[in-house]
Amino acid sequence: MESIKDRYAIVGIGQSPVTLRSGRSELSLALEAVTAAIEDAGLHTKDIDGIMGDHPIRVDAMAIAGALGLRRVGFFIEPEFAGGGVPGGIMHALAGIAAGRAEHVVCYKSLNGASKVTVPGMAFDLAPHENGFTRPFGLLDPAAYAGLAARRHMHEYGTTSRHFGAIAVTCRRHANRNSHAIMHDRPLTLEDHQQSELLADPLRILDRCVDVDGAAACIVTTAERARDLRQRPVYIMAAGQALSPCLARGTKDPTLPENETSLLSRQLFSMAGLTPSDIDVLQICDDFTCYVLMALEDLGFCRKGEGGGFVEGGHLDWPDGKIPLNTSGGNLSEGNLEGFNHIVEGVRQLRGAAQAQVGGAETVLVCGATGTATSGLILRR
Amino acid sequence: MPYLPIPLPLPYPESEGFWEGCRRHELTIQACEDCGAYCHPPSPLCPACRSWKRGWSRVSGRGTVAGFTIVTRAIFPGMPVPYNIVRVELQEQQGLCLLGNLIDCPPETIEIGMPVTVVFEDVEPYITMYYFRRTEPDNSGET
Repeated sequence: MESIKDRYAIVGIGQSPVTLRSGRSELSLALEAVTAAIEDAGLHTKDIDGIMGDHPIRVDAMAIAGALGLRRVGFFIEPEFAGGGVPGGIMHALAGIAAGRAEHVVCYKSLNGASKVTVPGMAFDLAPHENGFTRPFGLLDPAAYAGLAARRHMHEYGTTSRHFGAIAVTCRRHANRNSHAIMHDRPLTLEDHQQSELLADPLRILDRCVDVDGAAACIVTTAERARDLRQRPVYIMAAGQALSPCLARGTKDPTLPENETSLLSRQLFSMAGLTPSDIDVLQICDDFTCYVLMALEDLGFCRKGEGGGFVEGGHLDWPDGKIPLNTSGGNLSEGNLEGFNHIVEGVRQLRGAAQAQVGGAETVLVCGATGTATSGLILRR
Repeated sequence: MPYLPIPLPLPYPESEGFWEGCRRHELTIQACEDCGAYCHPPSPLCPACRSWKRGWSRVSGRGTVAGFTIVTRAIFPGMPVPYNIVRVELQEQQGLCLLGNLIDCPPETIEIGMPVTVVFEDVEPYITMYYFRRTEPDNSGET
């Protein structure tokens, strides 16, 4: 099987404003991001012949095809696993192009996370035959799962709530560079984090992402086609998905040597022919601070159990850190677009167009949400 | 907010044996009839040897807390906060874990490694729930 390395590129990006009360439908937000991405690429709407849609319970591919009047859609996919599935969805888009079913695939995600009324607990289910072993005990929310994993990490490695807080502070600092971020102009200190309300001990409200209304989109095509388009192409060096059977047993045990993120890491770095020291910018989907800390270990940016010391060291801070993390603020402080914002910001970094621009950025690693089935990308200029 | 009852377990073909055991107030874990490996949640196929011959085995109900959280913000109207969730590793097999609640235990005293034992409560005519209670360390030599 031939490698996909460098054979495809992201050629357009678009994003709607992120707000707490948009008063707009998810379809409207999705269309704003999608049409912006098409325009950014210098394409016409009629060029779009493939769709990587949102999760099937939201704005599906058919809704976008209908709203844009797309007549040539020969490929579509609607990935599951929310924040874990977004980079993997891009990988599927490449597979659709490789199969000859599409040339220009529009990929998007749209959420009314802030203003929509949802039934608590209903959006987060394991397979039905396992619900009986989780939900009756109050495991009704991702925070409870994350809390269990966080507490285990603390016990095993001496990690503290302040370590988790350091990630929240870094993301907030970066959001304060991003005029579009929901938490722009709201500085955050580690003490603020330590005094914030407990959600699922040891996790606090500031360890959790901020739900917003908003959408983001991008366009992928072949490297060959990309060179004819308006923007400087951002090449996809590697794309992968990974899951771990232990996740089906209930909760992530961060002490196990092998998990979904370590498997993803091996795949991505081997496909790209790179090592963690070659990465200039990190975009890790940050639903919860604790999962980012664990992902830094599993992706190989520090050793297992040493995430706490690593995040304290300032390595993740723009502009002076070794590998700045979530430079637009991430889900924690830009607003939760389930990691699609991480891809869009990764592209901006490689175009040299980010508000917290990393000097000379040549490579970006994008990692989807972990603690669930996950996926990732390595991008380059 | 309207009252919503906590969802009770809905037994599936694979899990009926577990909940039947609970009705007898016995902790019964799926065990492979070929290789003997325990499996939870129960599965149609043994994850250790891929055998389809699934059986049930009564276990001691003793284990240790392998992870926990205290939920402090209400996310479900039927479940008043704070409440704990524990992940208990049973003494019969490494990695054999059940999720549950620890009863009669102040949150600040919960620790990883704490020995616990299973208890049962009949909540509906056909559903008996299991919970865990703190116990003294088991000195029989097994844990």
